[in-house]
Amino acid sequence: MSNAAVTAAASSRAAAAGKSALARLGEAFVGRLVIIIPYLWLVFFFLIPFVIVFKISLSQTAIAIPPYTPVLGFGDGLSGFVAQLRQLSIDNYVWLTQDALYVNAYVTSVIVAAISTVLTLLVGYPIAYGMARAPAMLRPTLLMLVILPFWTSFLIRVYAWIGILKPEGLLNQLLLATGVISQPLIILNTYTAIFIGIVYSYLPFMVLPLYSSLEKMDYSLIEAAKDLGCPPTSAFWKITFPLSLPGVIAGCLLVFIPAVGEFVIPDLLGGSQTLMIGKTLWNEFFANRDWPVSSAVAVILLLLLIVPIMLFQRAQARAQEQDK
Amino acid sequence: MTPTWSRFNIASIVLGFAFLYLPIVLLVVFSFNESKLVTVWGGFSTKWYVSLFHNQGLMDATWVTARVAVISATVATVLGTLAALTLTRYTRFKGRMLFSGMVFAPLVMPEVITGLSLLLLFVAIGLDRGFLTVTLAHITLTMCFVAVVVQSRLITLDRSLEEAAMDLGAPPVKTFFQITLPVIMPAIVSGWMLAFTLSLDDLVIASFTSGPGATTLPMKIYSQVRLGVTPEINAACTILIAVVAVGVIIASLANKRREAQRQRDEQTAQRG
Repeated sequence: MSNAAVTAAASSRAAAAGKSALARLGEAFVGRLVIIIPYLWLVFFFLIPFVIVFKISLSQTAIAIPPYTPVLGFGDGLSGFVAQLRQLSIDNYVWLTQDALYVNAYVTSVIVAAISTVLTLLVGYPIAYGMARAPAMLRPTLLMLVILPFWTSFLIRVYAWIGILKPEGLLNQLLLATGVISQPLIILNTYTAIFIGIVYSYLPFMVLPLYSSLEKMDYSLIEAAKDLGCPPTSAFWKITFPLSLPGVIAGCLLVFIPAVGEFVIPDLLGGSQTLMIGKTLWNEFFANRDWPVSSAVAVILLLLLIVPIMLFQRAQARAQEQDK
Repeated sequence: MTPTWSRFNIASIVLGFAFLYLPIVLLVVFSFNESKLVTVWGGFSTKWYVSLFHNQGLMDATWVTARVAVISATVATVLGTLAALTLTRYTRFKGRMLFSGMVFAPLVMPEVITGLSLLLLFVAIGLDRGFLTVTLAHITLTMCFVAVVVQSRLITLDRSLEEAAMDLGAPPVKTFFQITLPVIMPAIVSGWMLAFTLSLDDLVIASFTSGPGATTLPMKIYSQVRLGVTPEINAACTILIAVVAVGVIIASLANKRREAQRQRDEQTAQRG
């Protein structure tokens, strides 16, 4: 590596002597491109789509292709644009807030996501803590083992739980055979199954940030507390936990935000009896083909999540500053 | 003094990993089940693998998915690396807040929102839904993951090497290709692999943005799972898991080897 560096530097020194103003201009241009290309891509494929979602959420459902009206555009000049603006309405939003189904779906989603986040934290913390305490030699392997399931398909991992949780599934077979229960438990197609699914699928997202903040912790602080007669439990709550707080926050946001809009888990494990907004949006779009209403559902969901998303971004930015 | 590894620590790790791995192990085991009932063991058999390869629909979907994943991961790696460079190297430019927001938000954005919004974009610009739209959607999602992976490597990068090269007169572009790129290569490779598996894995965004003729494997698996759990799907899942596991193991071994080589080089350089 360092050999390459020296050769590169030496060969370019000769070139630099005769470098023209044109070459400098070219380099400045390349520097601009580094920013401009990903910037434009994200504006076009991430930002503009949200504007379109918002626009369509204000339009009426129509039996057409695409199934909404009006299509906002500048095709008819400015006066046409203004005429189109007049046709926009907030009917979809009014409808959403009046229909108990949607309100329930939002409330349930937030509650389910919050409970799942707490459960994931309770399951994930001891794992991350154990990993951070592990002999340094073992840590990379343990880290790898936490990441590995994340590489295998999300859909497959959720699907695997159907076979375990269903009434004649493996969990019930085991519990019946060992005599713990006499009647099969009904877990599949309940909220319990959704909790299990979310905790299972999002566990690595919780463990990784927790581990990285626990691993950085200075263990001599605990030693000092112990020497001064502090019992381990109170040392944990007074030292370890507060120091791991950035990891706790990052992990909780990484679980909570996507869990609110989760579709696959409530659909496959929750069945038709459970209500979550991701599933509602999906059905509105694919079954009812009501694009304006599903857009309105998406806009409200986004508004619900905007505060946690901004918190997440702030936490990311702060972590980045610290690494520097 | 190093922290002690208590029995509680070991127990929580063992239980946690059992929880993480048991469902996957069971899925793999039951893909070799003779019986059609997925949860009743009827003897060892590979017949589901045979029938899998005769299932034309699944084979077509696999081919589509593989192509989408390779193309989108490759483009996303280039864009993501540029985004990571922008985030770490250009700290002052107009709209930097917006840019970092656009990189981090897709990481946590519920997939139904991303999927719906991309679909509406494609409809608005009159792009027919199909192979191209799925690929574009996957590039957009996965480039942000690549950016985060590469960025974390760039932050910890020792900039003195780059500065040395530039002091000696190497132009920035050349410095990037000869110094920076080789150093961050492992992060770029793992970024590519992450993008590849995310694309391979995605159901929700693909369902929104795909059209006739571009059914991906997760979409196929999903539609079959809704009809009922079959050992054939277990077999398909097992193959997917095997492909990913082999890829990850090869990559980590290669990484270890490169790391060892680098340390040897550094020692040689210090002696010489």
